[in-house]
Amino acid sequence: MSGVDTGSLTSVRSVVVERPKLALVGALGGLLALDLLFRLVGFRLFVGPVGLVGGELAFERLLTLLWDGLVVGLGIGLAGIGLSMTYSILRFANFAHGDYITSGAFAGWAVAWLLAGFSTGNLSGNVGYLALIGGASEGPSSSELGINVLSTPLAIVAGLVIAGVATVALALVLDRIVYRPMRDADGISLLIASIGVALALRYLIVFVFGATNRGLTAGGERLILAGVGGKLALVDKRSTLIVAQNDGPPADAFYLELPVLDFGGYSAEILSVTSVEVTLVVTSLLLMYGLHLLLQRTKLGTAMRATADNQDLARVTGIPTERVVRATWMVGGGLAGASGFLLALERGTLSFNLGWLLLLLIFAAVILGGIGSIYGAIVGGVLIGLTNSVSLVWIPSSLSTAAAFAIMIFVLLLKPDGLFGGVRTA
Amino acid sequence: MSDADQTGQTAETTATETDTDRGPSELVVDDLVKTFGGVQAVDGASFEVEEGSLTGLIGPNGAGKSTTFNCITGVHDPDGGSVTFRGEDITGLRTATIANRGLVRTFQIARELEEMTVLENLMLSPRNQVGEKLSHAVLPGLRSGVRDQERELREEVWDTLELFEIDHLAGEYAGNLSGGQRKLLELARALMIEPDLLLLDEPFAGVNPTLEEKLLDRIHGLRESQNLTFLLVEHDMDLIMENCEHVIVMHQGSVLAEGRPEAIRNNDRVIDAYLGDEL
Amino acid sequence: MSAADALADRFERFEETPRWLLDVGLIAATMGGIYLLFTIFTFVGPSQGTFGAVVSNLQTITFWTALYAMMVLALNLHWGYTGLFNIGVAGFMAVGVYTFAALTVPATGSPPGLGLPLWVGIIGGMLAAALVGAVTALPALRLRADYLAIVTVALSEIIRLTLLSTKFESFTLFANLDVRVGGFEILPDIALGTGAGRGMNIPVNPSIPVKGIFYTNPSNPAAGQRTAIGEAVLGAFGAAGVRETVVVSLAYTLLLILVVALFYWLLVRVGNSPFGRVLKAIREDELVANSLGKDTRMFKMKVFMLGCALMGLGGILWETQRGFTDPTSTTFRPIQTFYIFVALIIGGAGSNTGSVLGGALFASLLFQGPVFVSRTISHLLNLGDTPGSFVAAVGPFVDLEVTPFLAYAAGNIEELRFVLLGVVLIYLMQNRPDGLLGHRKEVAASVDLIDRDGNRPRDAAATDGGEADE
Repeated sequence: MSGVDTGSLTSVRSVVVERPKLALVGALGGLLALDLLFRLVGFRLFVGPVGLVGGELAFERLLTLLWDGLVVGLGIGLAGIGLSMTYSILRFANFAHGDYITSGAFAGWAVAWLLAGFSTGNLSGNVGYLALIGGASEGPSSSELGINVLSTPLAIVAGLVIAGVATVALALVLDRIVYRPMRDADGISLLIASIGVALALRYLIVFVFGATNRGLTAGGERLILAGVGGKLALVDKRSTLIVAQNDGPPADAFYLELPVLDFGGYSAEILSVTSVEVTLVVTSLLLMYGLHLLLQRTKLGTAMRATADNQDLARVTGIPTERVVRATWMVGGGLAGASGFLLALERGTLSFNLGWLLLLLIFAAVILGGIGSIYGAIVGGVLIGLTNSVSLVWIPSSLSTAAAFAIMIFVLLLKPDGLFGGVRTA
Repeated sequence: MSDADQTGQTAETTATETDTDRGPSELVVDDLVKTFGGVQAVDGASFEVEEGSLTGLIGPNGAGKSTTFNCITGVHDPDGGSVTFRGEDITGLRTATIANRGLVRTFQIARELEEMTVLENLMLSPRNQVGEKLSHAVLPGLRSGVRDQERELREEVWDTLELFEIDHLAGEYAGNLSGGQRKLLELARALMIEPDLLLLDEPFAGVNPTLEEKLLDRIHGLRESQNLTFLLVEHDMDLIMENCEHVIVMHQGSVLAEGRPEAIRNNDRVIDAYLGDEL
Repeated sequence: MSAADALADRFERFEETPRWLLDVGLIAATMGGIYLLFTIFTFVGPSQGTFGAVVSNLQTITFWTALYAMMVLALNLHWGYTGLFNIGVAGFMAVGVYTFAALTVPATGSPPGLGLPLWVGIIGGMLAAALVGAVTALPALRLRADYLAIVTVALSEIIRLTLLSTKFESFTLFANLDVRVGGFEILPDIALGTGAGRGMNIPVNPSIPVKGIFYTNPSNPAAGQRTAIGEAVLGAFGAAGVRETVVVSLAYTLLLILVVALFYWLLVRVGNSPFGRVLKAIREDELVANSLGKDTRMFKMKVFMLGCALMGLGGILWETQRGFTDPTSTTFRPIQTFYIFVALIIGGAGSNTGSVLGGALFASLLFQGPVFVSRTISHLLNLGDTPGSFVAAVGPFVDLEVTPFLAYAAGNIEELRFVLLGVVLIYLMQNRPDGLLGHRKEVAASVDLIDRDGNRPRDAAATDGGEADE
């Protein structure tokens, strides 16, 4: 071991030589990070007439992108946990998972609407239409009901709970009818059967609830972190912010100055979050923590982890026990339903396609994180969410989803185990 | 590790006649190493197989015989060592490339193609089939040439089926065959190619003795007429002793001893290895 | 002669009929049954069974049957034969269609194209699809089946999203390259575009030559200038009560049937050959194929490219005859691939004849069938207007009235048939994963393997399991 610092150089060289793919990915990542840095600083590297690296990027915009990515990412991560578990314990790719998410969303929101209808006195004669969540032209509209996190918290909580419970029931019933008779079938047959489940479920929802993309909430609950004349402040509306930045804090609006240092004359909107986004983030984290406790502290959790981790053992011992299977569907289904409810809440709209459109992104998250790894699903979800939003720095929004898919494809080709695959589940 | 090395070295010098007594080597395995997870499946195995010989490869379960086969045929990439076939280094080459050079193996658990008939399974074997080119399969002019070759091959296949006494199963789907029949199909498929070197992994398990005799005769015949080489893994000691002119013993991933059958039969270390395994 | 002998005799004569003839007979018989069924529907349904209505309905059925048969045959090559789980079919169709459009749309179109002849567009579309297939295959074919499925469907979505993106709505190739040789610009600026969400008009498409048989100005049949043949045929059919558009569609459908026959011919040759043998071996056990010296990578690559080219052609025939396309079209969505998959599973993966039958049964019974049935029932039971919502349909249950619900179901049959589809798929995977004809594993050889140059082998019918050798 020579005293000279050739150690790090040789290790870099050995990585490049022995694992060229990793080196390539690392180089690309480094380049993007560098570009991001340059853009933040406002620096642009020119080679002749061609601008190579860097450009313009406001720090505030990056923050917004990161927040957006985190929000969507946590939602996807939460949804992905169930998919990852199904994949590793039941050993097939559940293409109906997206529709479990949608089902949960519809069940939960029907309850939320009914409760809101009850509390606003809109219930009588409207029960059916409320349950259809505005799918029919009759019945109250989303703005009439005025559902939102801060205004009708009970409806939201009830909806969330029902979303989870209903999806658990659905998953168990479907397992009994569809998958239990096929317990010893191979992964591809189960995959194809799950496509059948997906189709049947999705179009039953359309049959009952209608195909429209309906509004759910009466939006507008937001919180804006901004700079106002050098001070940091929290504001409730953009209009309030503009008034504050020009004339001074308005009296009748929500305006909270934060006891932080002065930033000269800094005056810009830093980050805007909505109550639904915060709800999604907080609830996801809580649910994930709950899952963590379940997996680490209970016997059932240990059994699930054992089956998920030990692929070889599972292959040798054959079919997982019915108890573990039930638990998988319950946990996975419950989380899927909850995530569906939360994702619909965050968007403010709900359509029968909700889960299906997200399914590939969820697959991307699960694969990136490593199939079978719960934490991998969460990390993968956040990474995919961040990719989806931060990629907007470089590519137009119409291609950002395509970019996320491309990343998934690369992961599958280069490291199919993902980040945490082959590592223990939790 | 050093133990096995020493054992291998001493075994070579005590149990065998010197190398000059043997002919040119068809296959040279040199210090082969393969690890799975934490397990050293093959740990410095070295041996040579003489051209035109019927060499036996024996050893207790877990000695590393099948893994060695896998490393030789490119199914696994060895972690160390080399494999030379007819003077050319084939270490780490792809299975198909190796097979095309004339090195073919059978599988211990017969891998027949279940949804295809016995006839189809055998028609698959022969090399250089013109019809395997897409253009020849499709284009009208070229297809008649394919038909001719198919008819020739069909005759060979039927002859082989008769030799192996399974011609009554010709139209049967391979998935419906019994265990012994599958083994025969496996062997037939490999023999049809008439490769330069054939690695046989327990080919006669479940085969009745009369048929076994007949097939061994055929193998000996191929050795004489076409100088084909056979490396045979077997648990039936009598078969090995009666048919092989050279025997290699593997134990715990490396070569324990090698030499003429009689010498091996009386080798203390070999006996210990087998007995120890039984305990 | 005993009954058994008589039966055996019949069997022998049946056995001597060439296989392909039997298969075509089976297909014809199935189509016949389907035609009969739908003729009955037409008679019982709202149109009261006029000749025109019957012809129109049968033409629709055949149209969809042909299209699905084409795609199922191509997918069967990938999955049924070689075991490549490709659920990105819609993506390859899109590549075919959009390349075709880019090549054939005149430079004055919006978005513009290269204005090349029809056949250039078709070949170009197929080549492009094959190329995209090759690029996919290179890294992806060594993935295990479910990962390949995910990759192919992700790719299919990437293609669709790229076509939908406004970034490529219109662009100019070689805009910044100005290379001149002897005063002549080698790489002229080429204006192209996808039209993004607004779609593309495709004035030059395979339906034009077909229309050209009947109209002197095929691009504008509404103008009514007919050719001599047109006068005769349209006139005769018109007199029998068949509308002009139906006759023209009928002609196009005949073209499609021809293409299906071509696909079938091609794929039977591919399958019943040493090449096909290796494909089946790859599906069964790729290691064995490799151990016998077959370079499975090359086989898989070739098969993938061929299948993709066929999918590109199928896409062109499917989509462009409307004269218009856009990325939101169902044809390019993953769900379209799933429909084709269902059809393949019904018919039996691994069998070409099964593929055609699966396409026919799917298109007629699962796709069009429910629509016909509901129209008929609606008419027969006089169900009346469709209630506007599920609530309106189910509410009357309280009064023990089921009619509104039936009317609602009939009115929303297009959604319900997908539920049916899902249930059928689940049922098949549980009970008959091999589909209808899957068990008829078509023997992969160019000659009959049982027949040894005139000598019949010892036991012709290998009905016993063979003696155990142990």
